[in-house]
Amino acid sequence: MRLVVDLNRCQGYAQCAFLAPDVFAMHGDESLLYNPEAAAEQRENVERAVAACPVGAILLELTDEDMAEMAAPDAVAGAGSGGAR
Amino acid sequence: MTGEGRSDGALERLKREGRIVVVGASLAGLRAAETMREKGFAGSLTMIGDEPYEPYDRPPLSKQVLLGNAVADHTALPRRRAIDADWRLGVPATGLDMSARRVRLGNGDEVEYDRLLIATGVRARPWPNAEEGALKGVFVLRTRDDGEGLQQALAAGPRRVLVIGAGFTGSEIASACRERGLDVTVAERGAAPLVGALGGVIGEVAAEMHREHGVDLRTGVMVTGLEGDPSGRVRAAHFSDGSTVEADVVVVGLGAQRNTEWLAGSGLGAGPRGIACDAGCRAFDIRGIVTDDIYVAGDVARSPHALFGYQFLSLEHWGNAVAQADTAAHNMLSESADRRPHLWVPAFWSSQFGVNIKSVGVPPMGTEILVTQGSLGERRFAAVYGYQGRVIAAVTFDNCRWLPFYEHQIETTAPFPPPFATVDRRPEGHKPLPADFPDPSVPTHGPTITLSGYSPADRKMTFTPGRP
Ligand SMILES: Cc1cc2nc3c(=O)[nH]c(=O)nc-3n(C[C@H](O)[C@H](O)[C@H](O)COP(=O)(O)OP(=O)(O)OC[C@H]3O[C@@H](n4cnc5c(N)ncnc54)[C@H](O)[C@@H]3O)c2cc1C
Ligand code: SF4
Repeated sequence: MRLVVDLNRCQGYAQCAFLAPDVFAMHGDESLLYNPEAAAEQRENVERAVAACPVGAILLELTDEDMAEMAAPDAVAGAGSGGAR
Repeated sequence: MTGEGRSDGALERLKREGRIVVVGASLAGLRAAETMREKGFAGSLTMIGDEPYEPYDRPPLSKQVLLGNAVADHTALPRRRAIDADWRLGVPATGLDMSARRVRLGNGDEVEYDRLLIATGVRARPWPNAEEGALKGVFVLRTRDDGEGLQQALAAGPRRVLVIGAGFTGSEIASACRERGLDVTVAERGAAPLVGALGGVIGEVAAEMHREHGVDLRTGVMVTGLEGDPSGRVRAAHFSDGSTVEADVVVVGLGAQRNTEWLAGSGLGAGPRGIACDAGCRAFDIRGIVTDDIYVAGDVARSPHALFGYQFLSLEHWGNAVAQADTAAHNMLSESADRRPHLWVPAFWSSQFGVNIKSVGVPPMGTEILVTQGSLGERRFAAVYGYQGRVIAAVTFDNCRWLPFYEHQIETTAPFPPPFATVDRRPEGHKPLPADFPDPSVPTHGPTITLSGYSPADRKMTFTPGRP
């Protein structure tokens, strides 16, 4: 499960390290270290961290189901379905 | 109304069945591709990358990976959506035919495009002596393979690591070495680490940080040569002050070179300083005329920025690659009136010796610096850079929550020195100091921002008007 943190945005609130300590850790007072390829069983914790991050800095890769869903109701986005297959 | 219907139709056709080619399949390339699909681009999308890997993230390479907290081949970037692209990985683009709208590949193939995005980034500047640079144990750090190789070399427990160049990457490597308990020497030609990016006042703070953590920091010296043993493994380095340091791992951190050679002779305005483009990411040709179908984004681009006197900025910043890719992709699929300028305020972060360093704006433009909060000695502070009476940049050490405030100051061209009081301003923050950047006309390695616009002090061309 891939993820990336936009560390320009991250303000070191450590919410993620609290909710998914196996994936995120503080290094010093406000530097964040994280594992960019977290184990699949961490998904629930990471999703909680994504939701809790006050600045929305964590980008978690969509699952195949998410992508399929994005492809389906594409009536809104017009021709946008080209991507999700 | 002339032609409106016609051009509308062309854009609709491009979106429906056009061919878009992206050269450089990394951060900027991937994010641009995602935005194109989000905007409803349903045509064919080709991603060309010379590395054999799908797009991956580089910042962890000098941080988590060297610390052994993450593996180099586990840094592939998450996808925001599927992009349904034709991936041509492991093959470089070697040429561009602008009139035939064709990209030539290293394997002889040619790919036609209606719109081209160039996002070929930069590569590590190699050690100038190729023979010495080829010694076993000598590394640069730019790619996943570099990261993997260096991490293995560190894990093997070398007796001493020598880092040449104390820019951000060099400093992060030194920091990781110390954290792993390895002896490390850092050689820096300038007066202190990070001087090129943040100036001498902050450089002094960085120097103390190195020394306090047991780095053998040598400033004001150059490495004049690397010496190998009979088996071709690096053994020692010779310095300009006559000294010698024995090291079995050497990391060359001398900044980066733009990947533009493949465009030589194409007629595109591409050179060692990058590819010049307008604020909407459209590339210039060598005649200074903006192209309509070629866009650039990321480390390889240089574009004018209104906040900084329309100087052309080349940024080697993660956030810039993401933001510029998004703007380029949007503009590639928009009518001219709907295009957006790329006016992102430069920002980057670094993490070394457990300290979070962040900056916004263009510090090297600053002539003065004022510590507005905290103190340099405690290494927890915010400092602003002044240029002609306005705030032009800010840097924080372990104080990042204040950065958005200073960003706003830069965006609103707030006065310098700041007329307001701050919560924890110390006596040292009462008077601005000279920011103390090295003379920009002296070449240095590894600038994170290059000012490459016209300046009257920088006369490289003679203007010769034609005679009537
Ligand atoms: C070790 C390291 C640490 C970093 N840390 C930070 C940090 O802490 N903060 C920060 O803000 N930034 C950091 N950066 C900078 C950041 O990674 C870059 O700004 C970002 O990667 C730029 O993305 P890009 O897509 O423009 O270029 P790149 O990531 O350089 O990608 C360009 C791609 O194009 C490929 N390419 C080149 N020529 C060709 C060709 N002819 N044909 C096909 N493909 C080609 C290259 O091989 C490469 O894969 C760091 C960089 C490194 C190397
Ligand atoms: S929760 Fe968000 S802001 Fe806080 S440390 Fe994690 S990524 Fe950074």
